[in-house]
Amino acid sequence: MPFNLLVLSCLAYVAFLFLVAFLAERRAAMGRVGWLRSPLIYTLSLSIYCTAWTFYGAVGYAARSGLEFLTIYLGPTLVFVGWWLLLRKLVRIGRQQRVTSIADLISSRFGKSNLLGIVVTLLAVVAATPYIALQLQSVTLSFAVFASETPEGWALPDRDATAIWVAAGLALFTILFGTRNLDANEQHHGVVLAIAVEAVVKLVALLAVGIFVVWGLAGGPADMFARIEASPLRDWSLEPGRWTGLIMVSAAAVICLPRMFQVMVVEGGDERHLARASWAFPLYLLLMSLFIVPIAVIGLERMPEGANPDMFVLTLPLAEGQGTLAMLAFLGGFSSATSMVIVESIALATMVSNHVVMPIWLKLRPKAALTGDVRRIVILSRRLAIIAVLTLGYLYYRMSGGSAALAAIGLIAFVGMAQVMPVLVGGLFWRGATKAGAAAGLVTGFVVWAYTLYLPSFGPDAALSAAVFAEGPAGIGWLRPQALFGVEGMDPLLHALLWSVALNTFAFCLFSVLTFPGPVERMQGAAFVNVFDAEAAGPKGWARGWAEPEALLMMTQRILGDEAALALFAAEARAQGKDGFLPEPTPDFVAGLERRLAGSVGAATAHAMISQLVGRATVSVDDLMAVANETAQIMEYSAQLEAQREELTRTAQQLRAANEKLTQLSVQKDAFLSQISHELRTPMTSIRAFSEILTEGDLPPEMVANYGRIIHEEAIRLTRLLDDLLDLSVLENGSVQLNVGLANLQQLIDRALAAASHTRPERSFLILRDLPAENLFVRTDPDRLVQVFINLISNARKYCDAAAPELRIVVRQRAGRVSVDFIDNGSGIPKQSQRIIFEKFARLTDQTRAGGAGLGLAICREVMANLGGGIDYLPGQGGAAFRVTLPLRLEQKAA
Amino acid sequence: MTSHVLLIEDEPNIAEAIRFLLSREGCRVSTLHDGIGAAEAVRAERPDLVILDLMLPGCSGLDVVEAIRAHPETGTTPVMMLTAKGQGRDREAAERAGVTLFMTKPFSNAEMLASVRSLVGK
Repeated sequence: MPFNLLVLSCLAYVAFLFLVAFLAERRAAMGRVGWLRSPLIYTLSLSIYCTAWTFYGAVGYAARSGLEFLTIYLGPTLVFVGWWLLLRKLVRIGRQQRVTSIADLISSRFGKSNLLGIVVTLLAVVAATPYIALQLQSVTLSFAVFASETPEGWALPDRDATAIWVAAGLALFTILFGTRNLDANEQHHGVVLAIAVEAVVKLVALLAVGIFVVWGLAGGPADMFARIEASPLRDWSLEPGRWTGLIMVSAAAVICLPRMFQVMVVEGGDERHLARASWAFPLYLLLMSLFIVPIAVIGLERMPEGANPDMFVLTLPLAEGQGTLAMLAFLGGFSSATSMVIVESIALATMVSNHVVMPIWLKLRPKAALTGDVRRIVILSRRLAIIAVLTLGYLYYRMSGGSAALAAIGLIAFVGMAQVMPVLVGGLFWRGATKAGAAAGLVTGFVVWAYTLYLPSFGPDAALSAAVFAEGPAGIGWLRPQALFGVEGMDPLLHALLWSVALNTFAFCLFSVLTFPGPVERMQGAAFVNVFDAEAAGPKGWARGWAEPEALLMMTQRILGDEAALALFAAEARAQGKDGFLPEPTPDFVAGLERRLAGSVGAATAHAMISQLVGRATVSVDDLMAVANETAQIMEYSAQLEAQREELTRTAQQLRAANEKLTQLSVQKDAFLSQISHELRTPMTSIRAFSEILTEGDLPPEMVANYGRIIHEEAIRLTRLLDDLLDLSVLENGSVQLNVGLANLQQLIDRALAAASHTRPERSFLILRDLPAENLFVRTDPDRLVQVFINLISNARKYCDAAAPELRIVVRQRAGRVSVDFIDNGSGIPKQSQRIIFEKFARLTDQTRAGGAGLGLAICREVMANLGGGIDYLPGQGGAAFRVTLPLRLEQKAA
Repeated sequence: MTSHVLLIEDEPNIAEAIRFLLSREGCRVSTLHDGIGAAEAVRAERPDLVILDLMLPGCSGLDVVEAIRAHPETGTTPVMMLTAKGQGRDREAAERAGVTLFMTKPFSNAEMLASVRSLVGK
């Protein structure tokens, strides 16, 4: 195929992409975004992860190292499937804070620090340089492949010259695509659609080559598998260390690489789209990796010794005379390279202009925010940045000799960008992370990475002298770049990854713990870490500031353009109920405006620009500290008041409770005395009346006997009452003397039944017992326990109102305690009375006929308390039911 | 004429003592053991004197007095209240309820009989 035709088709392809982008931009400008922002486009745009490295290099990687190339796909897959929460948080923050780049995100998180923005920008530019060189190299190589295949013997110009042309073409292309205008949201619908189209082209191309290889060159899948088995690939063993490291690196890269961040977060990231992408993107990666091994195996089989395996995708179809397929493959590779370079350099240019050029410019010309044409400066700086980035890429390509394997170069960039990961994750989830910590971590990681991986990648005697490799700088052995701290024999990549990330994380944590965040840092930290808690509660940094609305409008016009700025201000004025274009500069409005401007020039620059306008009234650290102190004092004071109030309330409550208790006690005591008086006077009345009658004489003898018996009965009743009172008093005081001994429970129940049989002896009472269960020994005061049993059995005999009265005695033993239930078949005790039956004189029937003064259950309760057990009423048993519980072994208190 | 005394007392021994003493005096004594239906019994029997215990099963003696006083036919029937709760509070409550005479248990037989005589106008 003539080389001119090749160049022509490239140009045609680019023209087509440009048309697509142009139409998309126009559609978006008309407000019909529609499918331009859909999960499909989002997922396809994510596929810029697959660059020329993936397109060409994966086959070479497989041919050289076997299945290890898979790690590059596994990392992102794990991130999208497993770290879904992190991505969602990232996208939410990106939208809320109008983040323009990963540098902007880090800068914004740590108090809109421009220093951090510069550090991340620098890191990103340096890390991206080899990656861009890689794209140049692969496009140059693919041109070379075609050139050498041309039958006319058309001589390819000098390879370096080709690379220059490729770099220049890409720069032009990117400038045309990416910096035609300065969007408010830093979103490029045209670019996104173009790279989505390119994503389809590279997938189709790779699948086409793969299908051709499997079904055209090998004899179908079965034959293919046999060939894979026979190939040298199967001899490559898996290295677990490298696998783990590479998976981690590629996982970090898919988040931190500037271009990935650009498409994932900046270009209108949407959480719903992310949900779809969480499976669709891994699926895309799966398809991209499907035919890598077959192409590598067949390539090794068929291509002459010494053929570059990185180019198999292209050279296999060419060698088999499949010109069209080769053309498709070429366009696929071209797509991979161009989409990567375009988005990467847009992302880098945004960083450079927002974090390096703008701050310098604002410093040099403090009034420029109002007078200068900010838009022109921004666009110019971005265009220059794009040219600079591609120039750097070209220089790296030249310096590295353009010979290193594609995959190795890509991994260097990956490890470089992975340095952002600790700070990013820490910033999103750890409020204690500080600016100093982030700066320390990033700089440490950057330096270690550059020293151990980046600079050595130029080769010995290029950036570092051979002596440094062999003996360390100035002969310090433990500082050798590939054997840091004496760790030798490690894979250089793993070695660099381990040291850079470990020292980075350590420095980040250490300095975060040692330093305190500033006020803006605190606010931003809270807004980032708690982004899901309070969507609307952004930091109100401008609460004390006041800016001239006209100045704000002028500045906004400089950045967003006249129309957009006027529309924004008019809308706000309308919302505030005012005519014209000048709304009240409320804190909310100024904060919103800052975010809007941050979408164009980055958080730090926007903050600085607004600060200039709001002047001294802006949030200085002192102001914020004053506010914070004031607030803290007020809060402390009100907390003290609150505490005092609570204490007073508590004291009042305690007093009230004590008073109530005393009143209750007093009432109880009165009632008790009154009850005792009544219980004593009643038998006394009979005794006195009858004794007077008897003293008068002249009574028939049988009446004398009868009245004498009554006197005797009442005297006994009186004695029993006095006994009970005394007993109760002793039991309540806890001064009771217990005669603890071992006793058989069955015998105790026998004794109680015998004693209680004198109560209403005329009734035949059925006693149901479980003798084996009763047959156990308890260590207790047997007489006291029997006293309780007698009381309960007597009560049952007295009050059970069933026609055929029964009493069931149930003994259970569990966990060192014994329970004895007395359950009769009467009507039981009404619910409202169950509470009071254990109170003194709580005689429910108040019938003297029943005998007793109503002290029985009160005494039982006190006895059981003294025996370390208790007595309770069991509701819902059919009749009256009491449960006596006691310990199997009563431990006597030391006297 | 023999006086008719209605005795309402839940303690059987005390009721027996009073019954014996009053019978010996020539009174006709009828006895109730609780306060339920006591007011109706007073209305039906129209006794010359009601002797009433303060603490009765089922209801309080005070309720019985009020019921007796509330009915025009029995409104003036003298009521002697006996109680083992001898506190001043109880005496005041009894007098408010319309008790004619309040007597604390235990009592001397002579004192009790003198009170009965004064109340039935003998």
